[in-house]
Amino acid sequence: MKILVCISNVPDTTTKITFTGDNTQFNTAGVQYIVNPYDEIALSRAIELCEGGKGTVTVINVGESQTEPTIRKALAIGADEAVRINAAPRDAYFTAYQIAEYAKTADFDMILCGRESIDYNGAQVAAMIGEFLGIPSISIIKKLEYDGSTATLEREIEGGKEVISVSGKFVASCSEGTAEPKIPNMRGIMSARTKPLSVADAKEIEQLSSILHFETPPPRGTVKLVPAEETAKLVDLLHNEAKVI
Amino acid sequence: MSVLVYVEQVEGKFKKSVFEAVSYAKAVADQQNTNLTAISIGNVAESELKTLGQYGASRVLNVGSEQLQQFVNQAYASVIAEAAQKEGAAIVVLSNSFSGKGLAPRIAVKLRAGLADGVTSLPKTDNGFTVTRTAFSGKAFATVSLTSAVKVISLSPNAFGVKESPADAIIENFTPDVKESDFSAVVKDIVRATDKVSLPDAEIVVSGGRGLKGPENWGMIEELAALLGAATACSKPVSDADWRPHSEHVGQTGIAISPNLYIAIGISGAIQHLAGVSSSKVIVVINKDPEAPFFKVADYGIVGDAFEVVPKLIEAVKAHKA
Repeated sequence: MKILVCISNVPDTTTKITFTGDNTQFNTAGVQYIVNPYDEIALSRAIELCEGGKGTVTVINVGESQTEPTIRKALAIGADEAVRINAAPRDAYFTAYQIAEYAKTADFDMILCGRESIDYNGAQVAAMIGEFLGIPSISIIKKLEYDGSTATLEREIEGGKEVISVSGKFVASCSEGTAEPKIPNMRGIMSARTKPLSVADAKEIEQLSSILHFETPPPRGTVKLVPAEETAKLVDLLHNEAKVI
Repeated sequence: MSVLVYVEQVEGKFKKSVFEAVSYAKAVADQQNTNLTAISIGNVAESELKTLGQYGASRVLNVGSEQLQQFVNQAYASVIAEAAQKEGAAIVVLSNSFSGKGLAPRIAVKLRAGLADGVTSLPKTDNGFTVTRTAFSGKAFATVSLTSAVKVISLSPNAFGVKESPADAIIENFTPDVKESDFSAVVKDIVRATDKVSLPDAEIVVSGGRGLKGPENWGMIEELAALLGAATACSKPVSDADWRPHSEHVGQTGIAISPNLYIAIGISGAIQHLAGVSSSKVIVVINKDPEAPFFKVADYGIVGDAFEVVPKLIEAVKAHKA
């Protein structure tokens, strides 16, 4: 079994988000980068499925050379090899196209992504890869079992879940519940240095969208405190002032 | 040229998020001086399809074919893209629901269309075609320019609201070309808790954190939520400890929500939690620690022990309703 896991290099979850260049660019100064937390869940599930010599896990990242520490982290967690497509990701369409083109060169049984990246929050790449490859895509799964030929997945839906069965190749985007994120151990960190990390060139594709600028949400006014015994006053404020109940 | 909106049905009915997507798509169509067509897939009664007219759909394409009764991501995406092409739609609008998130990217690739998801504003057309969407898990907004001929917009729930714009919707049957290869993923089972309000599109959310001390204390959270017609949610430590299911976890690595009212009980307000809830219109925080960071972003707050405050708040809501 061969599994391809797509990983994104994102700012640490505690990062204070600021912008430079007249709010056109994310301010990367002093920012720590991590493997996108949802991608880490996808990677952890892939490693579990391949445990005991049942298969190999390849991680793929579309990024420039500065994403390599993040890719090494994925190798330390337990991926067998890595590929970096050497390009700054322009949008999800570009990224998904690069991954799909790479996937065509190797016979992967499944491609796993995180449900979304925590920076641009597009939940687009997984389903786009599926469309580029003409295979099913299941978005926002919380469970994945695989018996060697058929996968059973649970997908989140409003107020419940849907159980889906797929025979043949597929793409899925993973959310919490799919696996417990694995933490790299010392042996993993040591071996990550020597695991294969190849670099491939990006392929050209038209650009369909671009981010023009960012803004941070307007600051909220000061909190209006209500004494603990005056819950009726709170209800009154929510009804008459905020008009939300 | 027209605007096409996909209207997702659940057991033959449309939810509020669908009426919101139709309202939004109608406003987009008005901007473009064109008409709004809706597409519905699956078994929906004509009377239900007619309700879409209330929000501005002048035509409804009804795909009732037997094979498409149940949601299959790949097949539904093909049907919507085919309809968009036949209609000559320049803009396709969906609701950014769980299913919408799986459909929009596939439709965008099929139509070579730029996609903006989690959109929170109407398009601006003075400088090309731009929309605003959330980024960095609600810590920022991004203005995205879509430069393709056809555009796909996936609307964030509660961002636009439901707006009436009565039209008489003409219902037409639409028979798509279905490809067998689109059906290799098979739905085996659907489990839906119908008695609970769904979290992503809830207008009011009542959320509990570690301050509640254990899963046995969630009765009052559920009671308050039921009284307000709200969905229940929780912080990450709570779902990590399995006090509540992962599907209730809101925050940066859980679900990002934007209800009209978010009531946080016993949650201190870590930056990762705030990221997922900061687009809520009104935030109420109940916490015994006056220094809790959540108070800095709250609109209303009560400093006090949840176990004393929440039962009193339940009484106050009951009195208000009476």
